[in-house]
Amino acid sequence: MLEVKNLRVEIHGRPILDGLDLTVKAGEVAAIMGPNGSGKSTLSYVIAGKEDYEVTGGEILLDGENILELSPDERAAKGLFLAFQYPIEIPGVATMTFLKSALTALARQRGEKEPTTADFMRRVRAAAERLKIDQDMLKRPLNVGFSGGEKKRMEILQMALLEPRLAIMDETDSGLDIDALRVVAEGVNALRDPKRAFLVITHYQRLLNHIKPDTVHVMARGKIVRSGGPDLALELERNGYRDYAEAAA
Amino acid sequence: MTAHPLAAARTPAESALAEQFSAGQGALPLPEREAAFRAFSAKGLPTRRDEAWHYTDLRQRLTKIAPPADAPDDAAVRKARARVSSLVADVTHFVILDGRLVANLGSPPSEGVSIVSLGEDARAGRAAAPDLGANVDAVLALNGALAQGGAVIRIAPHAKLSAPIEIRHWGSERDARSIASRVAVEIGAGAKATIVEYFEGKAGDQRNAATILDIGADAKVEHVAVVEGEAALHLESLVAKLSQGASLSAFGFISGGELVRRQIFATLVGENAKLALNGLSLLGGRRHADTTLLVDHVAPHGESREFFKHVVADEATGVYQGKVVVEPGAQKTDGGMKSQAILLSPAAVMNNKPELEIFADDVVCGHGATVGALDREQLFYLRARGIPEAEAEAMLLEAFGFEAIERVGDEAMREILRGKARKWLADRAEAKP
Repeated sequence: MLEVKNLRVEIHGRPILDGLDLTVKAGEVAAIMGPNGSGKSTLSYVIAGKEDYEVTGGEILLDGENILELSPDERAAKGLFLAFQYPIEIPGVATMTFLKSALTALARQRGEKEPTTADFMRRVRAAAERLKIDQDMLKRPLNVGFSGGEKKRMEILQMALLEPRLAIMDETDSGLDIDALRVVAEGVNALRDPKRAFLVITHYQRLLNHIKPDTVHVMARGKIVRSGGPDLALELERNGYRDYAEAAA
Repeated sequence: MTAHPLAAARTPAESALAEQFSAGQGALPLPEREAAFRAFSAKGLPTRRDEAWHYTDLRQRLTKIAPPADAPDDAAVRKARARVSSLVADVTHFVILDGRLVANLGSPPSEGVSIVSLGEDARAGRAAAPDLGANVDAVLALNGALAQGGAVIRIAPHAKLSAPIEIRHWGSERDARSIASRVAVEIGAGAKATIVEYFEGKAGDQRNAATILDIGADAKVEHVAVVEGEAALHLESLVAKLSQGASLSAFGFISGGELVRRQIFATLVGENAKLALNGLSLLGGRRHADTTLLVDHVAPHGESREFFKHVVADEATGVYQGKVVVEPGAQKTDGGMKSQAILLSPAAVMNNKPELEIFADDVVCGHGATVGALDREQLFYLRARGIPEAEAEAMLLEAFGFEAIERVGDEAMREILRGKARKWLADRAEAKP
């Protein structure tokens, strides 16, 4: 589903991703682990289409199509979703208005029927209930005054509504207590599907106790330096990242 | 006629204005007109050397003066009547057509309200001549000298108007005209009223409008001005005097006019007066819109709040100057000012200048002014959810502008203003390649 080939990315002339290769298949949950500064967040932003980065080489293929030239909204229409590490607060934009706009825009770009208001409300309520998001939160401006846990749950709610084919979870566990982590993980697990893939980016192994990955990749110095099965995450938890920082040097 | 010595280097525009005055068609009584023209002549058109006009050099920009609008003929009045009949019937509304209040063009005033034409009697004229003390403004003086007509509205003490009074400033002539009009409103003690003025300009028109609000003790007034259309020049002065316990909330919406200057002179003469000045400017093309405020706290325990938002696109220029003066006797004044601008293009310009002059020692006053671009992180977040760029921008701008509109008290008026802002954003998104 996702193929990243020899991706090179710079920001202000400084290389961040240095020939990164990664393949994620449909139905797969792939974890990317790595020390701080290894380029994990950059990878998620570049796949989602953030404009602050300069791609100097390589390709990102989604279902065989190179998406590097597409805008963020076009990528979303192709089924890409990024759950932000730090969801953005947008004062003055009501959460429900935002959700409706996003669903409508995606339906329009995908050439599907736009959801009716009744259908939209029903879907939001059902998803909110599963994620223990109360109705009051939905009445507030988007992410404004939300706690860290509330913001992360709102990301998962959006993911549930937008039904992406590839979801990238950027440090979704950061700032979550154990109860919130469980709610978020359950939300993700409920969306696991043979046609859907997940790229779970995390520094710590603990999230992977709740979202069981099929593959684990270690990232250091802007590239994948080792790949393996779920056991690799446990090994990292025991030994830390020191070996990899050295290996990449 | 007395001689009117202008500064030696009188510009063609200043000469044309002097000729208009000499032609003698103003609506105010002669002594007021003469005094006003003397005040204008002493200074001439304002230039960037006048602090209050620093960013809008009127003498330089005003190269010629359009001929004055004639009184509307029967056909024009009939046409305006047909148009006015399509307006909502449940508010008091009337039309100032080509600068004149035309009889029976609008609805009869509601109970507790009287409306007479500016020139109807000398008493009305005197009521409409404000005293700005030392703050003589050449454009307001010019308005007094040249006003072709207007209205004096009296709201009886303790009258509580349930619906706004709407004033439509229209022009009937095909060619560009200069139009000067004045509306004076006396709000009786304890009364409550909302006054809405719609300024509509056609290409080439030059307008000089003034509104004088004399707000009685404990009266509560809301004023909304809407500036739309393609007038070449829109000069508007709002002069407000707040008596003890009075409150005024004024809102200015600007989306039209090539060269716009809204100036507000508000004086809190009575204790415990409460003032809120708010506005939203949506500027595209090469428009230049200047909002300049002078808030004068004379009496103690006054409160003033200014909150202005500006969206400046293309090659447009926005100006905001807000000056709050706290006089020596105005202890316990509570003042707060905010002006925020978003620039949408590299060629857009915003001049943002809040200013405090405090001569009392026991006051709380603050101000803040920001100029920036749309937040890139917010834009990316919206786009990452599938919302196209133009729509994402419009959502953020709407949120930005609506925050100012929220300050309008009248809910129906808020909805009208939201609709106008939405339309501006939609038109802009559509015009984008």
